[in-house]
Amino acid sequence: MALRRFDLEAGGDTFAFKPETEEKIAFWRGKYPADKQRSAVIPMLWLAQKDNNGWLSEPAMREVADRLEMPYIRVYEVATFYTMFRLQPVGKFHVQLCGTTPCQLRGAEKLKEVCQKEIGDIMYVTDDGRLSWEEVECLGACVNAPMVQINDDYYEDLTPESLSQILGKLKNGVEVQPGPQIDRVNSAPEGGATTLTDPSLFDGSKNSISTLPNLPSATPAEAEAAGKPDAAPPTNTKREEPTAGKTTLIDGKKKDGEE
Amino acid sequence: MLQDKDRIFTNLYGLHSPELDAAKKRGAWHLTKEILDQGPDWICDQIKASGLRGRGGAGFPTGLKWTFMPKELRDRPHYLVVNADESEPGTCKDREIMRHDPHLLIEGCMIASRAMRAHKCYVYLRGEYINERHALEKAVKEAYEAKLIGQNNVNGWDFDLYVHHGAGAYICGEETALLESLEGKKGQPRLKPPFPANAGLYGCPTTVNNVESIAVAGTILRRGAEWFAGFGRPNNTGTKLFCISGHVNKPCNVEEEMSITFRELIDTHCGGIRGGWDNLKAVIPGGSSVPMVPAEQIMDAYMDFDTLRDLKSGLGTAAVIVMDKDTDLIKAIARLAYFYKHESCGQCTPCREGTGWMWRVMERMAKGEAEHDEIDTLLDVTKQVEGHTICALGDAAAWPIQGLIRHFRPEIEDRINQYRLPRAMVQGAVVAAE
Amino acid sequence: MSDLFKINIDGKEIEVPKSYTLMQACEEAGAEIPRFCYHERLSVAGNCRMCLVEWEGAPKPIASCAQNVGDMRPNRDGSAPNIRTKGPYVEKARNGVMEFLLINHPLDCPICDQGGECDLQDQAVAYGRAGSRYEENKRAVEDKNMGPLVKTIMTRCIQCTRCVRFVAEVGGVEEIGMISRGESAEITTYLEKNLTSELSGNVIDLCPVGALTSKPYAFNARPWELRKTSSIDVMDAMGASIRVDAKGDGVMRIMPEVHEDINEEWLSDKSRFVWDGLARQRLDKPYVRVDGRLKPATWAEAFAAVNTALSKPAERIGVVAGDLIEVEQAKAALDLFRSLGVQNTDCRPAGAKYGTDGVREHYILNPTLAGVEEADALLLVGVNPRVEAAVWNARIRKTWLWADLKVALVGEAADLTYDYTHLGNSADALAKAETAEFLKGAKRPMIVLGEGALLHEEGDAVLAAAIKLANETGAIADDWAGFGVLHNAAGRVGALDVGFVPVEGGRATADILGGGMETIVLLGADEVDLSKTSAATVIYVGSHGDAGASRADIILPAATYTEMAATFVNTEGRVQVTSKAVQPKGEAREGWAIFRALSDVMGKTLPYDTVDALREGLRENEVFAGIGYAPGAAGAEALKAVPEAAGSLSSAPFKPVIGDFYLTNPIARASKTMAECSALATALDTPVAAE
Repeated sequence: MALRRFDLEAGGDTFAFKPETEEKIAFWRGKYPADKQRSAVIPMLWLAQKDNNGWLSEPAMREVADRLEMPYIRVYEVATFYTMFRLQPVGKFHVQLCGTTPCQLRGAEKLKEVCQKEIGDIMYVTDDGRLSWEEVECLGACVNAPMVQINDDYYEDLTPESLSQILGKLKNGVEVQPGPQIDRVNSAPEGGATTLTDPSLFDGSKNSISTLPNLPSATPAEAEAAGKPDAAPPTNTKREEPTAGKTTLIDGKKKDGEE
Repeated sequence: MLQDKDRIFTNLYGLHSPELDAAKKRGAWHLTKEILDQGPDWICDQIKASGLRGRGGAGFPTGLKWTFMPKELRDRPHYLVVNADESEPGTCKDREIMRHDPHLLIEGCMIASRAMRAHKCYVYLRGEYINERHALEKAVKEAYEAKLIGQNNVNGWDFDLYVHHGAGAYICGEETALLESLEGKKGQPRLKPPFPANAGLYGCPTTVNNVESIAVAGTILRRGAEWFAGFGRPNNTGTKLFCISGHVNKPCNVEEEMSITFRELIDTHCGGIRGGWDNLKAVIPGGSSVPMVPAEQIMDAYMDFDTLRDLKSGLGTAAVIVMDKDTDLIKAIARLAYFYKHESCGQCTPCREGTGWMWRVMERMAKGEAEHDEIDTLLDVTKQVEGHTICALGDAAAWPIQGLIRHFRPEIEDRINQYRLPRAMVQGAVVAAE
Repeated sequence: MSDLFKINIDGKEIEVPKSYTLMQACEEAGAEIPRFCYHERLSVAGNCRMCLVEWEGAPKPIASCAQNVGDMRPNRDGSAPNIRTKGPYVEKARNGVMEFLLINHPLDCPICDQGGECDLQDQAVAYGRAGSRYEENKRAVEDKNMGPLVKTIMTRCIQCTRCVRFVAEVGGVEEIGMISRGESAEITTYLEKNLTSELSGNVIDLCPVGALTSKPYAFNARPWELRKTSSIDVMDAMGASIRVDAKGDGVMRIMPEVHEDINEEWLSDKSRFVWDGLARQRLDKPYVRVDGRLKPATWAEAFAAVNTALSKPAERIGVVAGDLIEVEQAKAALDLFRSLGVQNTDCRPAGAKYGTDGVREHYILNPTLAGVEEADALLLVGVNPRVEAAVWNARIRKTWLWADLKVALVGEAADLTYDYTHLGNSADALAKAETAEFLKGAKRPMIVLGEGALLHEEGDAVLAAAIKLANETGAIADDWAGFGVLHNAAGRVGALDVGFVPVEGGRATADILGGGMETIVLLGADEVDLSKTSAATVIYVGSHGDAGASRADIILPAATYTEMAATFVNTEGRVQVTSKAVQPKGEAREGWAIFRALSDVMGKTLPYDTVDALREGLRENEVFAGIGYAPGAAGAEALKAVPEAAGSLSSAPFKPVIGDFYLTNPIARASKTMAECSALATALDTPVAAE
């Protein structure tokens, strides 16, 4: 990640939240204990960015710091650490193009060429002020790769042609439909879902059970049995047992559990 | 193949309404009060018996984790924090839960909170998931209005749920970095111990769980631990959301049983490998952080924790990135190296300095602009990063490169030779001089 | 449960307290653990990864600075866990970390001021590899402005965050941070603003590399060229331990030395950076005023003039000792003037009411500086420790931060870097119920008076009221003397100890300077009102051409604290001696020697020929019998008697006694560095200079 610095010139000297934002600020601040208001810093910076044409100016950052009674340097750290805070002006439609491997495998590099051609260099704002773009890291829509995020919305399953069309429309103020740009619904396979087609899933018949299984029983023996469910044969008995060996925590990110 | 009747996330694709009424018809919020009434021990025991392992990547037994929380609520409140900072490249399953089945998540949060005696829960979404956040906020509002959650709710366990969001930092998916971020700081992982169960959010006992781990809880308890444990191989049980991206004919998310074979998974749901099975080159089976597995080893492998561990890879988040024979593997891994360089928090030395080093060497290797002995140097550098950092991002940055070198070293060597070849023809003297 | 834990380090089994970190345990076992980010007085960051050790059976090497021994478990067989701090596994780990630290480090040691005293340099030699395998371009980082004291060369930074933690935790001002992330992470102040902490110079010592160095000292010397002399600081009344580094006859820099009871290992910016003032504005020869102009003179000429001036009636002669007077000078001067019958002697230029009742416990800091760490409630009266004893303020903050010390203030509200209850601004607050209430619940309450509380007419009454309050609230017990005075001048307690106060109806400072004297002797007293002295002959004995010298008719040049071995008594009553680091400037002489020579000229020869003989005499006073000792709780007995005092406590507000932290004495006022700090602080209106 490149150096991140405020565009002090473009930021001017002042910033004020829009009046209608106050309600949102109160909503966010209400989520955290009174003595932990600092937790609201990211949501508040985000609101400030929204109120400042999509980028975070230095006065806007100070406004947030003042409201939360935080030292400027601590908010500055936050504003420069998180890459969604843009410290220089962006276009009315800011394109964040995912370039990470899953998108790269499905043609993100071609999309970069489209942006380069239609908009210009990274973080360059078109003369009409409508478009700018940058390459970002994985946006978490990998089965719909390649994709871009434009302001709040994801545009998925793109081709150079469809992206080019979208950019053209945004430039000219024509509405575009977010989501997959090919024949599919969300993350279902192209051409239609092959699973989750059983109508009984959706008619409420799932709620027919009236008691929970495995409830603690009166006698200890029964209770124990309830605690250890019947070894109903797994659906995949033909599979061999896993090899013995220490279970290592495999994934690097260890998002989940590691004591 | 898993049957529809055994799928937990029945609105995975958003073909139906995510709203409360529809969600209830699909089974959410059914018998929730009865579940909560059983108390923490029963809930933890059932989840343990189901064999559920954390769905966020590490695969730690979820029920066991819940029992690490203090057994009594003392002066400090307990917190459940749900990790919805889904940023692992290849992974896009939690997104579907939040925008299409949010009530399963909210209900799961309440059950998990009961199990760990927490009355408050924060769900930390990645900042980019703006529409998903709105969807979840809407569902939370519905749940409050229906008195399903909140103070004095119909389920009998006071419970507040707050949605929080980040702003673009992969590292916030690490549980302690997430807590730092939630406290309004930079997302830099904490030193452990103390573990969050002792001192987590605001210094209070906290458990951080992945969205999917939490969202399956209600259904498991309704249908019984043994039902869930009936899928997959022992120690690798249950159903799992798979995200299949890359070079398959129809990339998609799908809920399948654990230990399904790779071949069955791809053929059943993704329309096969692009160009056919002979065209498969390698697969990253569990999100970008795990080493790749070459085609011949993965084709008929079970997609579960233990099998993939034995293949020196991992199930991770079950984000399956498929690469066919047209793939420039070196370039693909170089791009991942860039990702880790970009996302390193910069706190500790090996990761801050090592990720940049590895990326730069990988970029050169992708062009072939390197020496043969640099491959060993690079491998050594990955070993110097791995295991020496505060959090696991260092390991995650090292492993994809190790996987590449382990399985495709000749390809790197070829690239280096290729790079020299044309130069040798034009300026033969240069090579001779080296 | 035992508080001890058995641990096997490099084959040596030792028992250490469970509160230890693994690093401490390893050091206890005699192993050397390299580190960059770890600092025993800062929170643990664990980010440099240099201190990795091997824990047999653990999957990864352990950062020993962050591993609590109490969190460790014995081996399965119950034996002590095995730690290895040596061997190929550990060496490989450290070697790798070292390599990472160096790949983006510029290795510009030949032009780096840290060279020769650089942790990175030393540890690279000890733990690094011979060559680099890094073939890529090195990272360059823009330098950042941090003010006039701290020079930055940020490319050298290894992101250990010691400076970030120091200013936030010890300095109490959150002004340095690490912005951005990953390899782009940079240490900076907010938009490169100046540091405002009065302790900012300590980040230079803390920085393990040459990223933060001393701006005034830049490119002046190499550490191995410097003569290093341990000494005592005199910029405030704490008497911090310092090391004076000199080259030739110039002081090149001043650094703190560790003294756990006084300054831990910190130093205020004034103490650290005042050294350029030692070479500027110096009085390097005697002067005598001829026809309204000061003319250089010989010592003989000057003494002759002094002799004439002092031949006036003794009651028309007054002597005022200033803030920096050393005990030897005070003693010699006092001996001489008493032999002349002079009773108008005073060492309290500002006119504080202490030191005349013969009870030493009434004017020293009985609870001691370190004692605040034992206190659980601190009442500050008419004092701003942040400017009057900056390093002690950091200790108060430390105790407040980590040990829940409660603080209350009677006096002008100021940013002290910690929260406090403001009980009022004037003496009558001492009698308020809530003041007693604040102290009463505490086990070890502490009341600290500043000079500002004792300046008023009712100074005696304030002193009495405070001692009464101390007795009533349990601050005076057999093992705890929770009352004391925090001084702001290094020479004050020593001068009081030798009895440099008016005797037998003698006049105090205000009277001496208020007209009516024929001859006034100023012993380095510059911070006084000299506007009514025009009728008198003024003799100035001191080191710098400041207010006193410019008014003087006769100037006798004296040595400063770096130029002699001189005794100072700090605010705790601790007797300490400075060391001579350089020669006195020009013809300047040590203060006591001036009066010894003068006594000869006047035919009143003092009975000592050497400073040792003088000190021998000093030791007759038991106060000077021991060096380096603070009486502390021994003073409790004397404080049980509440002094009688006339007058009542008024509601007139206390006034701050220090106008500008950076410019409190003639040496500081001669310093360009201090002038720059002062100008910037005033412009910024920072807490330090706001008064």
